[in-house]
Amino acid sequence: MKASTMTNNSNQIDANLANSCPSNPVGENPSLTRAIAPFAALAGLVGIQLSSTAYAGYEVNIAPPATSIASQIYSLHLGILTVCAVIFVVVFSAMFYSVFKFRKSKGAKPDVNFHESTLIEIIWTTIPFIILIAMAVPATKTILDMKDASNPDLTIKVTAYQWGWNYEYSQDGFNFYSNLSTPWSQIGQPGEVRTEQPKGDYLLEVDNPMVVPVGKRVKLLVTSNDVIHGWYVPQLGINQYGIPGFIKDAWFKADRVGTFKGQCSQICGKLHGYMPITVDVKSEAEYAAWAKSSKVKWSKEGMEAAAAPVPAVTAAFPAKFLFESGKVTLPTDADKLIAAAVDHLKANADAKVDISGFTDKTGNPVKNAELAKDRAKAIREALKAGGIAEGRINMKKPETITGSSNDEDARRVELTLSTAAPAATSK
Amino acid sequence: MASSTHANPHAHAGDHAHDHDHHGAPAGLAKYFTTTNHKDIGTMYLWFSLVMFFAGGAMALLIRAELFQPGLQIVQPEVFNSLTTVHAIVMIFGAVMPAFVGFANWLIPLQIGAADMAFPRMNNWSFWLMIPAAILLFASFFVPGGAAGSGWTLYPPLVIQGGISTDMTIFALHILGASSIMGSINIITTILNMRAPGMTLMRMPMFTWTWLITAYLMIAVMPVLAGAITMLLTDRHFGTSFFNAAGGGDPTMFMHIFWFFGHPEVYILILPAFGIMSQIIPTFARKPLFGYASMVYATASIALLSFIVWGHHMFTVGMPSAGQLFFMYATMLIAVPTGVKVFNWIATMWRGSMTFETPMLFAVGFIFVFTIGGLTGVILSVAPIDTQLQDTYYVVANFHYVLVAGSLYALFAGYYYWSPKWSGVMYNETRGKIHFWWSLISFNVTFFPMHFLGLAGMPRRYADYPMQFADFNAIASVGAFFFGFAQVYFFVFVVVPTMRGKGAKAAQNPWCDEGGVGAEGLEWQVPSPAPFHTFETPPKLDSTATRVLA
Repeated sequence: MKASTMTNNSNQIDANLANSCPSNPVGENPSLTRAIAPFAALAGLVGIQLSSTAYAGYEVNIAPPATSIASQIYSLHLGILTVCAVIFVVVFSAMFYSVFKFRKSKGAKPDVNFHESTLIEIIWTTIPFIILIAMAVPATKTILDMKDASNPDLTIKVTAYQWGWNYEYSQDGFNFYSNLSTPWSQIGQPGEVRTEQPKGDYLLEVDNPMVVPVGKRVKLLVTSNDVIHGWYVPQLGINQYGIPGFIKDAWFKADRVGTFKGQCSQICGKLHGYMPITVDVKSEAEYAAWAKSSKVKWSKEGMEAAAAPVPAVTAAFPAKFLFESGKVTLPTDADKLIAAAVDHLKANADAKVDISGFTDKTGNPVKNAELAKDRAKAIREALKAGGIAEGRINMKKPETITGSSNDEDARRVELTLSTAAPAATSK
Repeated sequence: MASSTHANPHAHAGDHAHDHDHHGAPAGLAKYFTTTNHKDIGTMYLWFSLVMFFAGGAMALLIRAELFQPGLQIVQPEVFNSLTTVHAIVMIFGAVMPAFVGFANWLIPLQIGAADMAFPRMNNWSFWLMIPAAILLFASFFVPGGAAGSGWTLYPPLVIQGGISTDMTIFALHILGASSIMGSINIITTILNMRAPGMTLMRMPMFTWTWLITAYLMIAVMPVLAGAITMLLTDRHFGTSFFNAAGGGDPTMFMHIFWFFGHPEVYILILPAFGIMSQIIPTFARKPLFGYASMVYATASIALLSFIVWGHHMFTVGMPSAGQLFFMYATMLIAVPTGVKVFNWIATMWRGSMTFETPMLFAVGFIFVFTIGGLTGVILSVAPIDTQLQDTYYVVANFHYVLVAGSLYALFAGYYYWSPKWSGVMYNETRGKIHFWWSLISFNVTFFPMHFLGLAGMPRRYADYPMQFADFNAIASVGAFFFGFAQVYFFVFVVVPTMRGKGAKAAQNPWCDEGGVGAEGLEWQVPSPAPFHTFETPPKLDSTATRVLA
């Protein structure tokens, strides 16, 4: 809670109490007022809390299941809860009947001989036993289903660490980290004013969700890097500890597209509450597209390319366009250079290019600069014609080459990868 | 000694000239350091547990205050973890267990017609051991890194990461374990060897019976806990790898050992409560306990079953299906003897002639609310459902229904029932009733919404939570403060007046109505307050072993 809100609350309560005194003049027991003050304060607080729309929303049952296992658990729970509720009603009907009927104040006389009955005791030992067997049968079936992680269509290795998750798609050769994305300004610090109120998916948002295809058997290999964690996504029916040094399996087959949230279930230190889980269940086509781009982004090759961009760049960059003196027409080898640059830019969605025009020292510098600009524009147009968005092309100021013996080189336009371009995310 | 109502020298003090001379304890505080009297020690245990109860309660209220709203407002998450950890350890090992030992000290010798406990000096020692343990626990909040924050289950490797406070917690548990083991040996020896002639095992009061079984459970499992935490200690400091996979160990092994202790521990905390219920309900129904023999057998079967169900705390570690099935079936089985107990209590009320003084109110409240916890326990025993709910607030609700509404309500019931015997003063009935209703309502306001939180998937031991859990958390927090105030009320308006001797003088048997029907048992055969020494010569008992023959 924001400290300011806290202050407001207590002010309101003080105000309530202050008002209550004059409205209850002499005759009111002051010690009674004092005694109820804390309760009035608490009642006021909860009123404020419940009326606050910012924190609305509550659930009273298990969230709608999204896998066959979770559905089985859901109906098992509903069934057993119903049985227990019936037992509860029957047993406590008997108790409350006794409580109201066999009261001394109603003249009930104790039946001191009713203190043993083998028959009754056999009955109330046998009936619960039979009920338990009836519960155990469907539960057994579900356990055997849960434990059968065979024939997966996709295997994901889940590695927990303090405090986040790593998902490794071994078949596609990439892995990535999934961390809380709720800003700390929303979480706040004890005793400090929170700069931002919690909103939306507070504590349930992650930067990179796990993505799986709908209707496919997904096998999870769960482990941990440090301490024990729990990969818990209620709607998928999975709550599996990740134990350092050991790999445990679990599986699910999502029966619908959607986003399913979960959190770490086993206490794992300071930020136990701040390592949520998000599973995006997508259609097969969307999943395939995601897997393809993720492979580029996160596979070993993709990450190497991102971490060491030099070799990839030498092929297409820096490209030198050597113009003839005084001309703006593209040189003869320009097509090839442009095509190489366009290919690279299409493969690297994040990459941007800089275009720099150079001039020699001969002639009017102003005219030379104009010439360099026009040449650079020509290159830009060629790139745009190749399908590169203008936003990815950065035009630089023309520069004058000094001390160069080669006039042709001095009249060049240079195309380089923008150094400000974000490298593919690497961890 | 103040009340020298006897001529014979103490049999138990024969090796101690000092006791011979003064016939008992020195005056003042020193009396408490040296006392070997079961009644003094019982009182000390009860005071200790009351202090621990309020300390643990204060931690619970800090927890609930932090959880009043989403976000971090009052404590850092690591402090929150320390609070949940120490709250649990203090309540289990500091409040509930010593409170039952206090009851045992006071009542077992009185109930079986013995002069004192079998090992009075060890009795004193097992009490005083708890003080350094408590100091270690509380001091651990003030060392670098703060108190242990691994949860009371102390799972490695998290606990290995902890600072010096972890070692302090481990030592505290070692000491408390030693104290419990000595207490149990004392109780077993007393019950088996010091019963008055005619007090056969199957005539013993149920409270004594349940304690006999509980004491065996404690002797069986406290050393297991000591072993587990000693292995933690050597993993931390001496380079062993019991629980470190890199060295050939297995963190799961700790869980197995811990819960082999931990599950019987649950029954250590509840079986004496069953005993108290089985004494109070017949008294106020004015009818003998229904199915005494089956109550004894049910208690024993619960105790035996408690050794083979530990795996249900570990359904989510990924044990093979055969293991899950075994532990599920065994756990479900516990519902049978537990059900027998509940049915027997209700059958005791059936065709009785009931009155509802405070002990009986707490007893009926116990059956009602404890059974809710029992039924959610049955739901949790089903492994697939447990997978869904493990480590959520559903489990928190479940064990608070059995530990607060179970053990704690039984302790309150027992306090109202036996405090006239201990103090010679009747409590104020109106205040007792206020305490009961206030506690019952605020307890349910606190813990019932936690079922919903758990079903909706809120994990436990979270200092902060997503928005959809906000409303029920707010309600639970308010309920918790009301519950806390109810216990302050109990202390200020019920316990303190009794200590100061304010109130009506208690009769020798305050639970005996005008027709002579009511509480049965040897503790009601001695005056109120019970004299410093009772049954110094074995009493002559009637055929039911409930009355002393003149």
